[in-house]
Amino acid sequence: METQFLYTILILALPFCSFLFLGLFGHKLSHKVAGLIGTTSLGLVFLLSLYTAFEYFFGIGRNVQGIYQALVPYNTTWLPLGNLHFDMGILLDPIAVMMLIVISTVSFMVHIYSFGYMHGERGFQRYYAFLSLFTMSMLGLVVATNIFQMYLFWELVGVSSYLLIGFFYTEKPAIAASKKAFIVTRFADLFFLIGILIYGYYAQTFSFSFVETGSVREFASAAFMLPTALFLMFIGGAGKSAMFPLHIWLPDAMEGPTPVSALIHAATMVVAGVYQVARMFPLWIAYAPDTLHIVAWVGAFTAFYAAAVACAQSDIKRVLAFSTISQIAFMMVALGVCMPLPNGASPELIDHEFGIGYMASMFHLFTHAMFKATLFLCAGCLIHAVHSNEMSAMGGMRKYMPITHWTFLIACLAISGIPPFSGFFSKDEILEASFAYSPVMGWVMTGIAAMTAFYMFRLYYGIFWGTENKEHHAECHPHESPLAMTFPLLFLTAITLVAGFIPFGKIISADGLAYDFLAHFNWALGAKSCFIALISIGLATWIYKGEKQPIADKMQNAAPHLHRWAFKRFYLDEVYQFITHRIIFKYISATIAKFDRKYIDGFFNFLAWGTHELGFQIRGFQSGSIQKYAFIFFLGALALLLVMIL
Amino acid sequence: MIELNYILIVSAIMMFAGIFGFLTRRSTLAILLSIELMLNSADINFAVFNRMLYGQSGNTEGFFFTLFSIAITAAESAIAIAIMVNIYRLIKDTSVDKLTKMKW
Repeated sequence: METQFLYTILILALPFCSFLFLGLFGHKLSHKVAGLIGTTSLGLVFLLSLYTAFEYFFGIGRNVQGIYQALVPYNTTWLPLGNLHFDMGILLDPIAVMMLIVISTVSFMVHIYSFGYMHGERGFQRYYAFLSLFTMSMLGLVVATNIFQMYLFWELVGVSSYLLIGFFYTEKPAIAASKKAFIVTRFADLFFLIGILIYGYYAQTFSFSFVETGSVREFASAAFMLPTALFLMFIGGAGKSAMFPLHIWLPDAMEGPTPVSALIHAATMVVAGVYQVARMFPLWIAYAPDTLHIVAWVGAFTAFYAAAVACAQSDIKRVLAFSTISQIAFMMVALGVCMPLPNGASPELIDHEFGIGYMASMFHLFTHAMFKATLFLCAGCLIHAVHSNEMSAMGGMRKYMPITHWTFLIACLAISGIPPFSGFFSKDEILEASFAYSPVMGWVMTGIAAMTAFYMFRLYYGIFWGTENKEHHAECHPHESPLAMTFPLLFLTAITLVAGFIPFGKIISADGLAYDFLAHFNWALGAKSCFIALISIGLATWIYKGEKQPIADKMQNAAPHLHRWAFKRFYLDEVYQFITHRIIFKYISATIAKFDRKYIDGFFNFLAWGTHELGFQIRGFQSGSIQKYAFIFFLGALALLLVMIL
Repeated sequence: MIELNYILIVSAIMMFAGIFGFLTRRSTLAILLSIELMLNSADINFAVFNRMLYGQSGNTEGFFFTLFSIAITAAESAIAIAIMVNIYRLIKDTSVDKLTKMKW
């Protein structure tokens, strides 16, 4: 049964081959051929992923216990280390297969889209090579059979993100942003690695097959260490998924090409942290339920913070970036609000109701990837049309770009949680899980959902309605994008339209058993959240739709400091700047650098100087005059003779 | 019959004259001559020792070795002089001090 999935290796191998090929020989190919190679390999991956999902969910189906089994079609020991060993392999289980679909779909659409967006750009082939590398790493991350393989691909994902953010490597902000993204996530990954090592030390395995091995039970003796390990891993996940206070890299990452933002910094890579927590979820719920509270509250605060900042930004990609942070935080919250069964029931079994957050989180991950990719790709079309990221350069764009307008509107409605679009269903599950956790959390999340609707429609009206920047538009003649760019928009929007009706609980749930959430659907809560979202949208319409926006100006004038603080992202970047430059660089790094230069370098400089001096002293021997050599040779012969005679 | 010592003294004088010449002379030709002197002193020793030690038993290896050595010396001189001619063409001089082309 497992060998039938052996072809899934191709899902990783195809993008890897296209990366190698384009990376090595890309410069000899024309743009069109290079793009076609990248897109074709991704198209094949897309089809293979769909086929895998079909086979997995319908071909094999549930086992006797009524759950979808985790399959390992391929696993090889890569690096044995005594008892422990690092494996490389492919693991198929519901969340991995779901992620395969998400990644390959979005990546395929972005590949097509980039044909239009990156048209004629220098380094086009390099761009496609990096996209392939990224896709390979991300796919490898989700199908990892063990936490160490996940970590390897996790870092590869970070590298490809770095390469793509810094794609326009001649521009200063892009370089700074790529470095920032890499360093911040790398810093977080340090904790991830420590967590992995602690986990490996106590569990004696890196494998994800928690329940079968039975070794996790030994954790009972190390009751303190497992939550610590999981928490450290969560810090790594928080870095990748841009949780407060490690979110600072994500808004800057928008310096990369917009399709890259759509693929990496909105739909796929940033959910790696959520995915990691979901992967380790059986351990979290069984051994570290108290630590889950931290996850929940960090998520809630991040969601609130990002939503507040998003309300004040003027750069459209920034707004979307903060909305991404906020939405990913929603997924984290959903995982965090899961609770174990009370009265010490068997830890291997997690009840439906208690594990609803897990399902909601994965569902939201799926729907969010689709509509957020749509939003970013729309933003790309807009930037392509007006050559600016600023909302002030837009306004009234609905006349020029009808397709972009409609797809953007649908995605906005989806993210705001308006039925029947997909975001409504997934967000509602999250709210339900939050209310089950505690009413406070429930209301907080509802409030943030309302803020989401507000800032998304502020953005929507700012771009497509509002005051039109006529001079600028006369200059650059905005027009609808070519088919290569509009097709992905339409495709992803189509998914957004229907994704809400996928019976997601039947596919993914905390305990693997089918869970029909539509049957359990809390219609009262749904109506409430929908009503609140509509009020927010109405508010945004009232404030931002008109040509003149007296209310917006009045609000800004009423609380200028608040607006300024939100616009400056509550000065967090400045705080980081202060801490890193003024404290760490000045006192710690400078001291270490001084020590390095003075003593370490000094020692080696001394060695070099000594050798040099010695050489200088004895170089007289090397005169090049053969007669001097002969003289010394002669003296030596005499000395030998003397020794022999004596 | 000449005593062995006399011949060895002559050969030693030749040897040290050769060494002295090799170490002190600046002209490549003179150096070559010095080398010849040293070789010849060695040849004399071969011949003398063969005659003095193995004259009765009829062994002649020392004599043949001398002849052999003379032939090699001749060949070596030919090569050395050819090199010198080339060096002269290159630097218009035969002094070893001027031969610095290969020096760093």
